[in-house]
Amino acid sequence: MIGIVVVSHSRALAEAAVALAEQMVPQESRPQLAVAAGAADGSFGTDASAVAAAIEQVDSPDGVLVLLDLGSAVMSAEMATEFLDPAMAEHVRLSGAPLVEGLVVALVTASTGATLDKVESEARNALQAKGKAVG
Amino acid sequence: MAAISTEQAGAWLADYAQVIGENAAMLTDLDRQTGDADHGSNMDRGMKAVAALDVSSFDSPGALLKKAGMTLVSNVGGASGPLYGTFFLRFAGALDDGPDDASGLLGALRAGLEGIEQRGKAERGDKTMIDALAPAVEAFETQSGAGTSAALTAAAKAAARGRDEATDLIARKGRASYLGERSKGKQDPGATSMTLLLESAARTLGSA
Repeated sequence: MIGIVVVSHSRALAEAAVALAEQMVPQESRPQLAVAAGAADGSFGTDASAVAAAIEQVDSPDGVLVLLDLGSAVMSAEMATEFLDPAMAEHVRLSGAPLVEGLVVALVTASTGATLDKVESEARNALQAKGKAVG
Repeated sequence: MAAISTEQAGAWLADYAQVIGENAAMLTDLDRQTGDADHGSNMDRGMKAVAALDVSSFDSPGALLKKAGMTLVSNVGGASGPLYGTFFLRFAGALDDGPDDASGLLGALRAGLEGIEQRGKAERGDKTMIDALAPAVEAFETQSGAGTSAALTAAAKAAARGRDEATDLIARKGRASYLGERSKGKQDPGATSMTLLLESAARTLGSA
């Protein structure tokens, strides 16, 4: 099963998104998940070292999908992959999915044992259901 | 032996930390006009953490500057964390591997510039810190035959010119790009803090 990392400028935002997504999957079938969010002093921000540590924490031979909120979260996550062992970095994928919708879909899909490719593409299409719902 | 000593690198960082402290409110105010109003406070938090490093515990300028880069990565928070972090990490690597004259410093500056371009996926004309750093690297190269001090002075002047010329540009990267046309006429906070870094280098690394 792949691992999932949530990168956000806000720890509160990341933890709430995780709690919301975890409602969808019983604890025993959830993938490994780690959060890298907020600056060390509690203010808004992202930290490439913290992202690298989170990836290492949930690393799996099946891969790791990293979900991101916005702006410099992407830069921090890209920098984090440079800090990793190159063999590990090879199976880490940064997701362009929307954070909340993408995380829900990623968690549900990953819990079925789906491949990294499958989880990534499902997460990226996560906004479609909402788009249809509002017409 | 690298192009600058560990003590000079320490003096550069200490000078920049002080200048950022003095200009934090101005940088945040510039960022309020085009971004999320945190550039000065973020940089100040990061550089205060850098200034707290014990320079005497590092055995090369590169080792100190690498640690400074990682400290910025973990303490700045906003986009300037990975950007300045990458600048110092790449600068440090090239410096320790490079020759011990002005060309060594040129190689380090160029590595820092390339790191920022790659990290930010930005180029000259996007109204970012690159609009100060790129012309500074060029000016340094042109003047490097005249020695490090003259080259750094030329670089700092070119950075300030680049910063001022970027004011009339439309932002194409970062939060400021959301403003589109309205970013025109606003001074870029990243180009401003980058100019301060090069002015600080001219004050502290000149005798290399």
